[in-house]
Amino acid sequence: MTTAAKRLPRESRPADVRDPGAGFDVEKVRRDFPILRHRVRGRTLVYLDNAATSQKPQVVIDAIGRYYERDNANIHRGVHFLSEHATEEYEAARRKVQSFLNAADASEIVFVRGATEAINLVAQTYGRTNVHAGDEVLITAMEHHSNIVPWQILCEEKGARLRVAPISDSGELLLEDFENLLGPRTKIVAVAHVSNALGTINPVQRIIEMAHRGNIPVLVDGAQAVPHLKVDVQGLDCDFYVFSGHKVYGPTGIGALYGKSTLLDAVPPYQGGGDMISSVTFEKTIYNKLPYKFEAGTPHVAGAIGLGAAIEYVNDLGADNIAGYERELLAFATEAVSVIPGIRLIGTAKEKAAVLSFLLDSIHPHDIGTILDQEGVAIRTGHHCAQPLMQRFGIAATARASFALYNTREEVDALVEGIQKVREVFS
Amino acid sequence: MPDLRELYQEVILEHSKAPRNYCEMETANHTAEGYNPLCGDHFTVYLNLDGDSIRDISFQGSGCAISTASASMMTQSVKGKTRVEAEKLFDQFHKLVTGQSPANGNRAELGKLAAFSGVSEFPVRVKCATLAWHALHAAMRGKQETVSTE
Repeated sequence: MTTAAKRLPRESRPADVRDPGAGFDVEKVRRDFPILRHRVRGRTLVYLDNAATSQKPQVVIDAIGRYYERDNANIHRGVHFLSEHATEEYEAARRKVQSFLNAADASEIVFVRGATEAINLVAQTYGRTNVHAGDEVLITAMEHHSNIVPWQILCEEKGARLRVAPISDSGELLLEDFENLLGPRTKIVAVAHVSNALGTINPVQRIIEMAHRGNIPVLVDGAQAVPHLKVDVQGLDCDFYVFSGHKVYGPTGIGALYGKSTLLDAVPPYQGGGDMISSVTFEKTIYNKLPYKFEAGTPHVAGAIGLGAAIEYVNDLGADNIAGYERELLAFATEAVSVIPGIRLIGTAKEKAAVLSFLLDSIHPHDIGTILDQEGVAIRTGHHCAQPLMQRFGIAATARASFALYNTREEVDALVEGIQKVREVFS
Repeated sequence: MPDLRELYQEVILEHSKAPRNYCEMETANHTAEGYNPLCGDHFTVYLNLDGDSIRDISFQGSGCAISTASASMMTQSVKGKTRVEAEKLFDQFHKLVTGQSPANGNRAELGKLAAFSGVSEFPVRVKCATLAWHALHAAMRGKQETVSTE
C-alpha cells in the first residue's frame, strides 16, 4: 500500500488565500462552542466528525432557547403579538439564508428538514413533471446516497435512466466523460459541491456551464460545501442548491432549498397541508405563492431561527477567513497523516475541503475508529453513505477525519498519536 | 474506562490476522450470509450438516478484527457439535458480549470464546462479534437469505 499521499504543495495553493489564518483566533472561536469544554472518556474531546454534523456555538443554542422562552407561537396566521413576532423572526431567518447563498429573492428559499428532503422535493416535483420514460438523470460517482436514491426512485417510477459520471483515482470528476454523458435525453444534473467521503470540491461552475449549453438544469448538493466555502447561487447560475443547517453550526431538522423562482413556480407542490394553500374548497385548492407553496404544515420555526443565528455567526467570522484557516489546517493534517507508515489517503483531489479519508495497512476502519475513540478522538468510519463510491475504490469502508473552523493543529497531533496507537495495538 | 487490551486480546488479534477455516466449502449443504450494513462487514458461513451435527464449517468474507476473529473462533468452537449445542453456545456467547454473563458465572463452556468478554464494554461492537453467529444460526435453520444486523 502506498504511503505517498499526493499533497498540495504550499506554493501551488490557490492565490486567493492571502495570509490564511490572519484575523482568525481559533482559541477565541473554541470558547464559543460549549461542547468543546467537555471531556469524553476522561479526555478533552477532539471532535473530527464534522462532515457528519458540526457542533453548535452558544449563540445558536441561545437563539433556540430564547425563541421557546419568549417568542413561541405559530406563524403566518396570528392576530396576536407573539405570532407576528415569531413570523418576523422566521422570515428574517429566510432572508439570512437568501443573503448567505446570494439568492435574488427570499421567495426562492424554501425551508426543509435538510439537504435530503430538499433533493427529494426537487425529484418529486420538478423531476416528476419533467422526467419521462427514456429520459436520463445525470449524477456523479461520488454522490452521497441522498443524491442517488431520490433519483433512482424517480427513474424507476418514470422508466428513466440514471447515468453516473465517473471519477479519477484521486477522486476528481472526469469532466470530459461528464460532458459526453450530457445529451438530449438528460433532463436534470445533480452533483455534490463537495464530496462528503473524499473532500473533493467539484468544479460546479464548469459543470453548470456545460449542462446549460443543453438547457439542462443543475441541482447542487451543498451539504458539505456551505460550512467551508462561500456560495453564490447567482454567480454559479445553478438552478437548485440544497444544504442542511446542522452541518453549518445550526440545529438538526432544518435546511434550505434554493430554486430559481421560474422553476419553482412551474412545478406542483411537494406536500399538501396548511400554510401551502391560498384557499381550499372540497372542489379545488389554490396553492400559496412561493416559497409557502412548498412549506406544508407548521415548519421548524425554532430551527430556522437557530439556522439564522448560525449563518450570522459564520458571517461574523467571515467565510473567506474560515476557508483560509481550514485550508491551512487541512494542509497541515494531510502532511502529518501522510508520513505515518501504512497510510493510504482516499481522495487526493487538488481542490479539497477539510476531509481526510484514509486506510491504515489492512486494519479495518471500524477498529481504527474504536481505538481513536478511546483516545478521545471522534472520527467516522464506514462507507459514509456513499457505497457506490467505496465500490469505485474497491474498498468496504474508510476512516474519515473531517475538520471544522474550531479544530486545531494540536487536535491533528492527537489524531496522529491515536493512529500510532492503532498501529501499536495491531503490530 | 474500558480497556482496549481487553477488547483486542492477543488471541483475537491473532485470529483476525490468520483466520481459521477460512475457505469456501464445496461439500457445504447449508450456507448463509451475514451482513452489517453499518460498516460493510460481510461473511458467508458454509456448513456441512450430517443430520443434526455440524460435520464441517468454514467461512469467507471481509470484516473488522472483532468480526473476523469471532467468525474464525466460532468455526473452531462449533465443529462437531449438534445444532442444539451450537445454538446454546451462541446464546452463551451473546450473553457474554452483551454483558449479561457475570465474570464469576459459568463461562467454562465458552472456552477460548471467553476472550470476547471485553466486547461488552464496547456496545457498538456487539454486532461485529455476533455477525458470523447470526449467519450460522440462519444457515442451520436452512435459510438462504442474507441476515442483516440492522
